[in-house]
Amino acid sequence: MSPELLAQLALALPVGDVRAAVQAPNPVLSTRCAEVDPRDPATVALAADLLATMAAAPGCVGLAANQIGIGQRVFSLDVSEHPKTRTHHGRFVLVNPVIEQASRNEKAREGCLSVPDFTGDVKRATRLTVRGWVPSSGVEVVITTDAFEARAIQHEVDHLDGLLFLDRAAGAHAIHARQNYL
Amino acid sequence: MDLKSHSLPLVNIYAVTVVGHDRPGIVADVTGALATHGGNIEDSSMTLLRGYFAWTLVVALDTDIATIESTLAPLEQTHLKIAVVELTQEVGGSQTATHWLSVHGSDRPGIVSAVTAVVAGVGGNITDLTTRLAGTLYVVLADVFLPPGVDVESLTQQLLDVAAELGVDVSLRVADNDDVL
Repeated sequence: MSPELLAQLALALPVGDVRAAVQAPNPVLSTRCAEVDPRDPATVALAADLLATMAAAPGCVGLAANQIGIGQRVFSLDVSEHPKTRTHHGRFVLVNPVIEQASRNEKAREGCLSVPDFTGDVKRATRLTVRGWVPSSGVEVVITTDAFEARAIQHEVDHLDGLLFLDRAAGAHAIHARQNYL
Repeated sequence: MDLKSHSLPLVNIYAVTVVGHDRPGIVADVTGALATHGGNIEDSSMTLLRGYFAWTLVVALDTDIATIESTLAPLEQTHLKIAVVELTQEVGGSQTATHWLSVHGSDRPGIVSAVTAVVAGVGGNITDLTTRLAGTLYVVLADVFLPPGVDVESLTQQLLDVAAELGVDVSLRVADNDDVL
């Protein structure tokens, strides 16, 4: 799947609404999200809302559906402007994502729109292959990526599994206070 | 062989705790006072807890407890509470964590005690602990040493049961200590 094609598919989505972000503690963030039909108009609307909400939140590079209160396996991502990004696939939404390969773990600090007061040191794979489906068309895609995009995808898939970065914090000194979400 | 250590008189080991209003210079002041008696700071851990300065030190000193207390006493004028306790010389090596425990959820009394009681129940030892409260979100991160033979699967289930009663989330993961690549 080329970045261009994936980004084109995202552009084909309608303009969504900016939704309120859910903050921890909240059961919707701790519950595994359900698989959905990528062609369902409700899934398409959700995808559009994720992109709109992500764009409206300063510094937000990824958003899982349960972060806007919807327990469905859909996330949006756009790391194209982030300085730690190497490979990237532009601005896209993935439905029912499944991580197929993950290797070369590295520890780095992460933040989260749903945990605005903390950051945490988390080990994540820096080489990643993820399979998923594109909303609306229902096209199946396989994305292979690295570095910051790989980290962000794992963070979002964790959300869909009901996990926060707090669950993966690397030891007792791995969380840090944060003043503002950026 | 370090010959100098042989020529030193037998030293006492003290725990010193320093807690109070934060300001620049506390560490310099405390260590300066201890240095006047040739004190050697062994292990110590300092952080800010809700903006308060909090430091615990293990110090080797060739003097009595009253002398240390009087040396540190002037610092108490700067809104610090300082306590000195003499420790017995023993203890083996420190344990390395085998697991990382993470708990998060709505703040309520008893989260730390309920979860750590489960760990203690199987002979597990907390080797490091941080708790943080922000708004209503309470986070507990603990480094845990589990002795060989502990049934981790059963322990995890017990933790999940206790967490469900408390309405919080818990994760127990194998500590990844191989940072050296």
